[in-house]
Amino acid sequence: MSTARLRDLRVFPGFGLLSVGCVVFLYAPIVVLAIYSFNDGRSVTRWAGFSLRWYQTVFANQNIQTAAMNSVVIAVIAASVATVFALGAAIATVNGKKGGGEGAYVVLTFPLMVPEIVTAVASLVFFVAVGISLGFATILIAHIVFCIPFAYLPIKARLESMDATLPSAAADLYASPAKGFLRITLPLLVPGLVSGWLLAFIISLDDFIITALVAGPGATTLPLHIYGMLRLGMTPEVNAISTLMLAASTVLVLISGLLGQAGRKH
Amino acid sequence: MSARPLALSSRIPQGFAHAGLLWPSLGVILVFMVAPIAIMLTYSFLVPGAYGGVEWTFSTAAYEQILFERDFLDDSLTFTPDYLIIVARSLIQATVATLLCLVISVPTAYYIATRSDRVKNIWLFLITIPYWVNLLIRTIALLFVLRDDGPINSALLDVGVIGQPLALSYNGFAISLGLIYSFLPFMVLPLYSAFERFDFRLLEAAYDLYASRRVAFFRIVLPVMRPGLIAGSLLVFIPSVGSYLAPDILGGGKTLMIGNLIGTQFQAARNWPFGAALSMILLTITLIVLLWLARRAAQQQRSN
Repeated sequence: MSTARLRDLRVFPGFGLLSVGCVVFLYAPIVVLAIYSFNDGRSVTRWAGFSLRWYQTVFANQNIQTAAMNSVVIAVIAASVATVFALGAAIATVNGKKGGGEGAYVVLTFPLMVPEIVTAVASLVFFVAVGISLGFATILIAHIVFCIPFAYLPIKARLESMDATLPSAAADLYASPAKGFLRITLPLLVPGLVSGWLLAFIISLDDFIITALVAGPGATTLPLHIYGMLRLGMTPEVNAISTLMLAASTVLVLISGLLGQAGRKH
Repeated sequence: MSARPLALSSRIPQGFAHAGLLWPSLGVILVFMVAPIAIMLTYSFLVPGAYGGVEWTFSTAAYEQILFERDFLDDSLTFTPDYLIIVARSLIQATVATLLCLVISVPTAYYIATRSDRVKNIWLFLITIPYWVNLLIRTIALLFVLRDDGPINSALLDVGVIGQPLALSYNGFAISLGLIYSFLPFMVLPLYSAFERFDFRLLEAAYDLYASRRVAFFRIVLPVMRPGLIAGSLLVFIPSVGSYLAPDILGGGKTLMIGNLIGTQFQAARNWPFGAALSMILLTITLIVLLWLARRAAQQQRSN
């Protein structure tokens, strides 16, 4: 059978059109939102010419800067701690499947199974019950917890696809366990660690509802600040700050995509 | 995978190293995730305190409150469907969102999986970006487009197709659209990876046996895809049932779902036991769906 015929047989009419529709549906709202962030009018409906004034307002706003800084600091710490913890857990669960492996896996992926709103209120109740005052620290703890499974899964996948004989070979060649780990296992794990960290970082940056409940009165993150702005109505500042976050996400996806491609080439 | 230990653990006593590596993660999750949920379960059987919090008196009132309203004067219970409607609405909205995501994603994922490698990567990239973009921002973007004075309504008014803005936002329709918009990439990506592994010789065999395109697709392609369909449905259904942002922002706080009802109990309403009881119900629904689908997937694997 010719490949041309095979290709032809795979085609179902209308599927291509639907796929284009799907992508348009996903992008149209965010593109429109971004376009209107450059609108010169106070009104968010009528186009009154191109302007960067809303970006100037956003960059001049001290509260937005603080919130953005908090978001980034929390995401970096949460993703890093979660990745280190998850690395240990991945090594332990992949190697020691003798007993309790299933149980450990269920606990490690448990945060993925609980609806976010339930995690949010349960964390709030817990912090109040044990007397930890709500603020930056409680946000950080909550973020580390839900970041662990996101960091764990890519690292575990990488570890499982790794050639298990390589560390043994290192040991046969008189490498100390520490040296074998640092020189052989860890470098091979880098792609898994990077994608786990990036995933955890974005999940942390993205979170709204859990943060909203455990933040307490003082602390704030960028999504919380934007949500607060939205309560006062749809303003061009909301468009501008949203567009900045869109741009940041896109850059992060590009980086992780490029890193992934570089990883595959090795 | 071989059971050979990595170099790290070869000199340190095995069990000790194993525990040292595993327990930081397990401990954090057990203390800050499992214990809080156990506390919630306890609180759901207590009575609300005067200024939030709980009082340590055993009671099933929180669960009764979902179905009945207690009369202040004579303490009698009357059936009130208000909260039941909110739970039902959450289930219906999530089911509708899952089904519509399936209808959109099956052709899309199939189409992407049958492209050449280069074109495929571009499509995947396009689907992946929204997956990583902040959910709050995406929900705001949808509200921006659907508002009464948003671009869709303005354009239609300008053209003169309608005399008054269409009610696209702050209702059930907007919530449905919001859920689909939020979780559509969660469906496309697992379906794509399932179609990727599809053996297209099966399709060829079907055509050789005179199957029409429609029959070949529904009788050959879809059944083989079942695990992918189940995984995708799970990834859309579960966050949809407990969704907070879509009903809050797109429903305008008028059309509640269970997620908002729970949130309110810990913010303005300050009825922690009721919120805890609702949380337990949402968690139970989620776990039942997970177990049911996991069992079906296991059966599928055994029969293959």
